[in-house]
Amino acid sequence: MNWSSHLVITPILLPLISGAALMFIADRQRVLKAMVSLFATLGLAMVALLLVADQASDDAVNRVYMLGNWLAPFGIVLVLDKLSALMVALTAVLAVPVLVFSLARWHSAGSHFHSLFQFLLVGVNGAFLTGDLFNLFVFFEVMLAASYGLLLHGSGALRVKAGLHYIAVNLAAALLFLIGVSLIYGTAGTLNMADLAARIPTIEPDRRMLMEAGAGVLGVAFLIKAGMWPLCFWLPTAYSVAAAPVAAIFAIMSKVGIYIILRLSVLMFAEGPSAEFGTDVLVYGGLATVAFGTIGVLASQALGRIGAYCVLVSSGTLLTTIGLQDAAASSGALYYLVSSTLTLGAFFMLVELVERCQDAGANVLAVTMDAYGDADDDIVEEAEGVTMPSTLAILGMCFAASAILLSGLPPLSGFVAKFAILSAIMGTGSIGVPPTGSALWLAALVILAGLATLIALTRAGIRTFWSSIEGKVPRVLVMEIVPVMILLAVMAGLTIKAGPAFAYMEATIRDVGNSKAYIEAVGKALTVPSWRDTKAKEQGGS
Amino acid sequence: MELVLSIAIGVMTACGVWLILRPRTYQVIIGLSLLSYAVNLFIFGVGGVKSDEPPLLGEGVSVASLTDPVPQALVLTAIVIGFATTALFLVVLLASRGLTGSDHVDGRSDPR
Repeated sequence: MNWSSHLVITPILLPLISGAALMFIADRQRVLKAMVSLFATLGLAMVALLLVADQASDDAVNRVYMLGNWLAPFGIVLVLDKLSALMVALTAVLAVPVLVFSLARWHSAGSHFHSLFQFLLVGVNGAFLTGDLFNLFVFFEVMLAASYGLLLHGSGALRVKAGLHYIAVNLAAALLFLIGVSLIYGTAGTLNMADLAARIPTIEPDRRMLMEAGAGVLGVAFLIKAGMWPLCFWLPTAYSVAAAPVAAIFAIMSKVGIYIILRLSVLMFAEGPSAEFGTDVLVYGGLATVAFGTIGVLASQALGRIGAYCVLVSSGTLLTTIGLQDAAASSGALYYLVSSTLTLGAFFMLVELVERCQDAGANVLAVTMDAYGDADDDIVEEAEGVTMPSTLAILGMCFAASAILLSGLPPLSGFVAKFAILSAIMGTGSIGVPPTGSALWLAALVILAGLATLIALTRAGIRTFWSSIEGKVPRVLVMEIVPVMILLAVMAGLTIKAGPAFAYMEATIRDVGNSKAYIEAVGKALTVPSWRDTKAKEQGGS
Repeated sequence: MELVLSIAIGVMTACGVWLILRPRTYQVIIGLSLLSYAVNLFIFGVGGVKSDEPPLLGEGVSVASLTDPVPQALVLTAIVIGFATTALFLVVLLASRGLTGSDHVDGRSDPR
């Protein structure tokens, strides 16, 4: 057992230890707290990239880490494969810029921001890495408990009201999660995901119905998290009232639900009599979510709400693509997941900066003004233009870039992702047969959603940058705009390196689809011999 | 025994669901508590209801009469997590009451 095998647990331990240590540093020592938190997150990013590098080669094996050194079906295991490595890396790549952004202002708006942030990372990484259903529940709750605190960060009546709804919905979801898990345990007799995958095809018919009911209830809990219509009404309010860095890191949270649905649907329902269980729900629910998100994007007045509805569009697209169960479309969906998560993270941070140059009423008026005409239309504009200050120019460029990414226009990665999904489901991908009705619906809705996003963001952009009523220039620190630019640069890099990125995504989908390898890796994992035994053997040998 | 347990779970779930759909925050939190009791009993029940049987394997204990210890461990974890999150919800409820001056879930002034 060499040191590199312990890397698997580091994404959980590192934020856990630093988050706990941060609780004991007084809030007035801001610089120290910020440094500890920043270095822990940078360390996490490095570990996550090492994990991806470890899994990137074609002959990489799934790494199984036994937490209590008990054999797999009895003890709890962590499993690292290509997909979980990718998701952990995505979390870390999003977390670093968001943390830097928060250091400018937000981290001092309330107590224990850094601890909560680190605990959120513990929960998210744990949910990605765990190979056990009940352990997944525990990490889910860690993530949610931290997110309750983060959502309330900065306080205020709006946040408390949204927080109340958010907590109530998620507590109810947690109870559904428990019902699902216990039904599955009661019928299959195990909670280890690999063991479950091996047992489910051979389960007796009279128990199968109960097991499927359990899986359905469990699925509802994840779909609430992922924000599938009609379980998503809490999401736009919660995301739009959260503090900017909090909303940005929440972009990864809805993807946790998506990840688990992808993981469990290929693992548990790959073959046997329960094959393709629930795919219809994913397809039609996903389509409804895209439609709802599109309408929401068009109807929203504030930029934050547009971002929140874009989260729904992204979730819906992903759910439908997972439900269609096409390998080529799925690798496109993974690329889309990475692209949309990072874009939304950057967008939520940008919104806060952009809104500093508006007076509070401007957002509310935007749509009304479009409908009824601008009161200022009669005023003759002065002939000479106003020189645009450099802050506004940079903000405007970032805004334009994220609008292009969100609506999926060429040349950036949003377009590449949508193109990959659409070309796969339209029949030029792996299937080679005429597209099904739901695939056509998805294609139409995805294109419409892109158009709606473009319209909404153009309207908001014109209002903000070109016809700003006050002409105020917002005060933006370098520390705040650089994280946004870094995330956008990552997207540009992802566009240029789309070839290697897609190669990794395709390998990931192959790896995830090969549930036998997962089961085998967990089943064959050996416990580590105790150091006493090793020592005795060495002494006996010498 | 099974009948009593399932009736208890059913009644508590029904009351809990009704209460979390009510407009006052206090009713919601009581509803969530009732639901979590029902769920805890439910988890306890899926291991098979047995009385007076040990969850430990030892001398003279046959595997057939053993109580499954896993659901008990699950219940313990679920209780701890449920307790903590309910306490947190209570704090948010009080904050909401303080900020809006009403205990309506939407902060409206005339809770009905």
